[in-house]
Amino acid sequence: MPDSIATSITLNGDPYPLSADTPLIALLERLNMRRGRVAVEINREIVPKANYDATIVRAGDHVEIINFVGGG
Amino acid sequence: MQDTSFELGGMKFKSRLIVGTGKYRDFAETKAAVEESGAEIVTVAVRRVNITDRGKENLLDYLDPKRYQILPNTAGCFTADEAIRTCRLAREVGVGELVKLEVIGDKQTLFPDVAATLEAARVLVKEGFKVMPYVTDDPVTCLRLQEIGCVAVMPLAAPIGSGLGIRNPFNLAIIIEQAKVPVIVDAGVGTASDAAEAMELGCDGVLMNTAIAGAKDPIAMARAMKLAVEAGRLAYRAGRIERKLYATASSPLTGLIG
Repeated sequence: MPDSIATSITLNGDPYPLSADTPLIALLERLNMRRGRVAVEINREIVPKANYDATIVRAGDHVEIINFVGGG
Repeated sequence: MQDTSFELGGMKFKSRLIVGTGKYRDFAETKAAVEESGAEIVTVAVRRVNITDRGKENLLDYLDPKRYQILPNTAGCFTADEAIRTCRLAREVGVGELVKLEVIGDKQTLFPDVAATLEAARVLVKEGFKVMPYVTDDPVTCLRLQEIGCVAVMPLAAPIGSGLGIRNPFNLAIIIEQAKVPVIVDAGVGTASDAAEAMELGCDGVLMNTAIAGAKDPIAMARAMKLAVEAGRLAYRAGRIERKLYATASSPLTGLIG
């Protein structure tokens, strides 16, 4: 299997490189995202905030990170 | 005349104006308009974070969730599943259980998909959400949503962003009469008199976004809406006079000169 597939995730619909399995909290820090401002889904399952430290993002995972924007 | 407080999902509010946060020039203008409106509840949309622009400010940096009740919406959802997923994610941000449920049925009118709205409301209420559904101004649908356990019903005045005002005051009157939960007119308000009219009909609140954000001076319009909602509410509580076909003189008919 080519490296590029084994070492990337799908983040908000686009491929995102990941050198190895990464704790979710590390990914959020790398993206400069505060846990109080976002919510995360991995493979369609919501990750409770309490589990951010223990959750590992693995190659091939589909990760969604959302926040609030202006709306009516 | 002291107004009763406005109770929604077990929480009490003084302001009966709920404002959206879309379509503003920037977050600073959003904040200024929200402050001027006196609103205590503000709607927000749920979207993917921008991965490439990481230094970006966050809306909640301008609207402190400790000061405002944040009301996430499901705008842009066309199915019950999408709306349910959006609500679950919104709750996980950590601003509470209150959600504005909207499941759109048609791109051009943005009218609700009533069947999908009912379906999503059932699931969300079971999961402990305090659901405020945007819905057609249909009394029967509003009754059904109330039976499901929604904490409010939010019939539209007119299509979202249209500014057409209250198109069907008679249906709204029926909805208000039948409702045991707060009735909030959501969408279609164009100017202050529309908001006042909704309140004079006996609505518990008004939700708007474009009417303020799209005005030439959004800050001034925010204040106009605050005053209109207050004036309309006060007029409703004061009890308006009956409409009559013919005149009745305001001045005494006796003691006339000559």
